[in-house]
Amino acid sequence: MTRREERAGAPMSAPRAAGLGLLGLACLFAVAEAVPRLGLIDPRHLPPATAIVRRLAAELGDADLWTALGETMRSWAVGLALACCLAVALGVLIDAVPGLRAATASTIEFLRPIPSVALIPLATLLFGAETGSTLLLVVYASFWQVLIQVLYGVADVDPVARETARSYRLGRWARLRHLVWPTALPYVMTGVRLAAAVAFILAVTAELVIGSPGLGLRIQLAQSGGAVTEVYALIVLAGLVGVAVNAVVRAVERRVLAWHPSVRGEVAR
Amino acid sequence: MLEITGLGKTYEGRGGVEALRKIDFRVDGGDLVCVVGPSGCGKTTLLKCVAGLLTPTAGEVRVAGRRVTGPPPGMAVVFQEYGRSLFPWMTVRKNVELPLREKKVPAPRRRELVEEALAAVGLADAAAAHPWQLSGGMQQRVAIARAIAYEPRVLLMDEPFAAVDAQTRAELEDLLLTLWRRLGVTTLLVTHDIDEAVYLGRRVIVLSSAPTVVQEDLAVDLPAARDQITTRSAPRFAELRAHVYAQIKQAKGRAAGDRTAGDRAAEESAPPRQVPSPAPRDLKRKTDGRTR
Repeated sequence: MTRREERAGAPMSAPRAAGLGLLGLACLFAVAEAVPRLGLIDPRHLPPATAIVRRLAAELGDADLWTALGETMRSWAVGLALACCLAVALGVLIDAVPGLRAATASTIEFLRPIPSVALIPLATLLFGAETGSTLLLVVYASFWQVLIQVLYGVADVDPVARETARSYRLGRWARLRHLVWPTALPYVMTGVRLAAAVAFILAVTAELVIGSPGLGLRIQLAQSGGAVTEVYALIVLAGLVGVAVNAVVRAVERRVLAWHPSVRGEVAR
Repeated sequence: MLEITGLGKTYEGRGGVEALRKIDFRVDGGDLVCVVGPSGCGKTTLLKCVAGLLTPTAGEVRVAGRRVTGPPPGMAVVFQEYGRSLFPWMTVRKNVELPLREKKVPAPRRRELVEEALAAVGLADAAAAHPWQLSGGMQQRVAIARAIAYEPRVLLMDEPFAAVDAQTRAELEDLLLTLWRRLGVTTLLVTHDIDEAVYLGRRVIVLSSAPTVVQEDLAVDLPAARDQITTRSAPRFAELRAHVYAQIKQAKGRAAGDRTAGDRAAEESAPPRQVPSPAPRDLKRKTDGRTR
C-alpha cells in the first residue's frame, strides 16, 4: 500500500527517508563486515568493517593525521576560492565586453576538456612535490566548472528586467550588482557545488600521485608500508570529508538563494 | 511635455518589418493619454521608442523639449510583465528603493518616498515581503509604487493591467486614476482594451494597423471623476467606445484590403466584439485578446 504510493511518486516524509538511508548504510556495513569474515575475500585485502572503523578511530587520535587533513582542506579551500574568483571575474568580463564571448568560446571549449591530472608533469616541474602543485591542479579542475555556469548565468538575464533597469537609468555597476549578479547566482552556486567536489578529488589525487603533503600522501605511505587497514580507514575518512563538503556547500546555497524558486518551495503566485 | 514627431521604426533583418510608419502626437503636461490600436500595430514599439529603450529609425521623441536618445531622466515605465519586471531577490521595499538609490536620493528621503508610495498603492504592510509572495495584482501595485516613488515627470505604462484578472483590473484602473489625479503626472498608457482606453484616458489615440500611423486623436469628454459603474454605464461612454471600436475595425479592414498577408486576414476573421447598445453595463469584461 505504502509502496504503491511511493512508486506513484508521493513525496516521502523526511524522517522516513533518513531512516531508509541509515538502513542502507547499515546493510553496506554488514556486508563489508561479513564478506571478509566469511572468507569470501581475503581479510588481508579487505579487512572487516569493524577493523576499519577501529583503525579510523585510532587514526583520529593521531595529530599527524589532522595536520595532513588540514593540508588537504587548505589546498581544497584555497584552490576552490581562487578558481571561483577567477571564473566569476572572467565570466562577468566575457559577458560585459561585446564580442569577447564569441572570441573566447572556442578556446574555452578546447581547454575545458583537458583532464587536470594530465597537468601533473607540468605541476611537478613548476612546483615540485609541494602544495603549489596540488593548488594548480585544484584550481584548473574547478575553474571550468564555475566558469561555464557563470557564462550561462550572466546570459540568462530576463529582457523585461533588463529594460526595467535601463528605464530607471541604473548604471553599469548597479546593473551588474543588482541584476546580472543575482540572476547568475543560482548558476554560480551550481558551479561551486560541482567544483567543490571536483576540487576535493583533485586535492587528494595530487597528493597521492605527486606526493605533496596531505591526506593523499598519507594514503600513499600507508599503502607502500602495507598497512591495508589504514589505507581503508583513510579512504573512509576521505569519503566522509566529501560528504561534509557537499553538505556545507548545499547549506550555503540554500541560504544565498532563499528567494529562488528551487529553494523557496511552494508559494502563492 | 511629450512630443512625438514623425516617429518611424523599421526592424532590421530579412525584409525589414515596418512597425511604425509615421507617428505624430503630443501629450501636454499632466495629461493622461491612452494609445489603443489593433493587435500587432506596434503599440509596444511606440512605447519603447518613447521610453528610449528602442532607437527610432525616423523622427524623434522629445521629453520636456529634450530629444530622447536613451532612457531620459524623470521617466518611469510600468511593464505588463510585473513578475519579470520586479526583482525576485529583493524585498518589495528594496525593489521600490533601488531606482531611488541610483537617483542619489538621500536615505531619509528615500525611506519617506518608499513608505508613501507603498501606502498609496495599499501595500504598506507588504514592504518586507518578496514579490513572489504576493498575488499578481499586488505585484503590479508594487511596480506602480516603484514608478511613483521615483517621482517621474512622465509615466509610461505598457498594457499594465493586461495580465491580471478582471476584478483586479478594475481596481488597478481606479488606483491609477486616483494616483494620477493626486500627482498630476503626465501619463501615456498603451492598451489593447478599448473600454479601458476610454475609461482611463482624457484623450485616446487610435493607431492604424501596421505600417502604423495615428488614425485618430480623440478627446474623451467624460466628466473627470470616473467610476467603474456610473461612467461605464453613461451613454456618452458607450458612444465613445463604439466610436473607437469602429475606428479600429476600419483600421483592420483597411489593412486587410491593402495587404494580402495571411495573418491580416486571420486577424480580420477573429470574432468581432459586440457593438454596444447605448447603455452597456459591463464590469465584467470580455476575455478575448488579453495578451497582445
